[in-house]
Amino acid sequence: MIIEQLVTSFIASAAFVIIFNVPKRLLLNCGLVGMIGWLIYVLFVEYDFDSVLATFVAAFFVAIISQLFARLYKTPMTIFSVSGIIPLVPGGLAYEAMRHAVMNDYNMAIQLAAKAFMISGAIAIGLVFSEVINQIIKKA
Amino acid sequence: MKRKEMIKNLNQTNEIVEVCLLAGKIMMQNGAETYRVEDTMMRIAASFGIQESHSYVTPTGIIFSIDGTGPTKLIRIVDRSTDLQKVMIVNSISRKICSGELSLEEAHRQLKELDTKNLAYPFWMQVAAAAIASGCFVIMFQGGWRDFFPAFIAGGLGFYCFVYVHRLVKIKFFAEFLTSFIIGIMSVLFVVIGFGHELDKIVIGSVMPLVPGLLITNAVRDLMAGHLVTGLSKGAEAFLTAFAIGSGIAIIFTIY
Repeated sequence: MIIEQLVTSFIASAAFVIIFNVPKRLLLNCGLVGMIGWLIYVLFVEYDFDSVLATFVAAFFVAIISQLFARLYKTPMTIFSVSGIIPLVPGGLAYEAMRHAVMNDYNMAIQLAAKAFMISGAIAIGLVFSEVINQIIKKA
Repeated sequence: MKRKEMIKNLNQTNEIVEVCLLAGKIMMQNGAETYRVEDTMMRIAASFGIQESHSYVTPTGIIFSIDGTGPTKLIRIVDRSTDLQKVMIVNSISRKICSGELSLEEAHRQLKELDTKNLAYPFWMQVAAAAIASGCFVIMFQGGWRDFFPAFIAGGLGFYCFVYVHRLVKIKFFAEFLTSFIIGIMSVLFVVIGFGHELDKIVIGSVMPLVPGLLITNAVRDLMAGHLVTGLSKGAEAFLTAFAIGSGIAIIFTIY
């Protein structure tokens, strides 16, 4: 079950960066970043943590690994963090929200949309948080 | 003699500004973060001896100015996409400029060449990647393996449609709307004929290649970094995209 998740998240992240035109030699790294992010998310959700928290922690670690890779390969960090956050993006939730809105179930739609918004905020805060920590370490 | 030198100086300043703007434009067009664009432009200027420079970067245009009597220039950015390889190359060019390996003329030539180059993967490969990603997302969202291939086909064809329609119609939101509409029709069709099983999972998986995930997170990051105008406009773009995708699917649900 968890292996299935690992393999699919690896392939999905690596496939995605082909659309974003990342050079071939970095495909495996991108897949790895995506896989680790998704693994953390799945584990947190499995142990009954809130999905917003799970997303935040996953995005945080994605950013840390991306920074390491960015320094190693002397590339912008975005290349790795993009592939890492793609599995975390609440596309499913946004879709569910839209579906309920269409079926005139506005209460449910607003709830889901708020959740989707919180999760995208969590991704961004996770990324920024690790960058801030990185800067503090650099300066200290 | 002095006059000649001054003109030469002015010409050089002009070229420095042009190099900075070109580098900024390529980066912004291809999905770099705002702070990185500003940083790169100022670093290039500094390494050619212009210590004080100001750049104002938005998704639709860049203003770059240097102190003194030098010119202030504006460059317009019309279309944006994501091509991270170009961002990477500009980044390495700017590194080389900063370490003094590249002359002004050489940097200008390389950037001009990069601007017109098409570095993307072959089109069939992108479609295949979108298809595979769609299939994998079904599994990641707790769908069954029996829905892998329906999403694989719907996602791949959806991406193909998107690129094709976007080529015909320059309005990106319309292309996204039409694409998600087509994905919706295909998914319903698959479920009706018994090829697919869970409609929700198939649709979510196949629209994932279109979802503006990068835009949303870049928008929030720009907002937090204090680039308020850029953050808001990127957020608006992401919202419009999400809305286009959602309404395309929504039409299917009102019918089906």
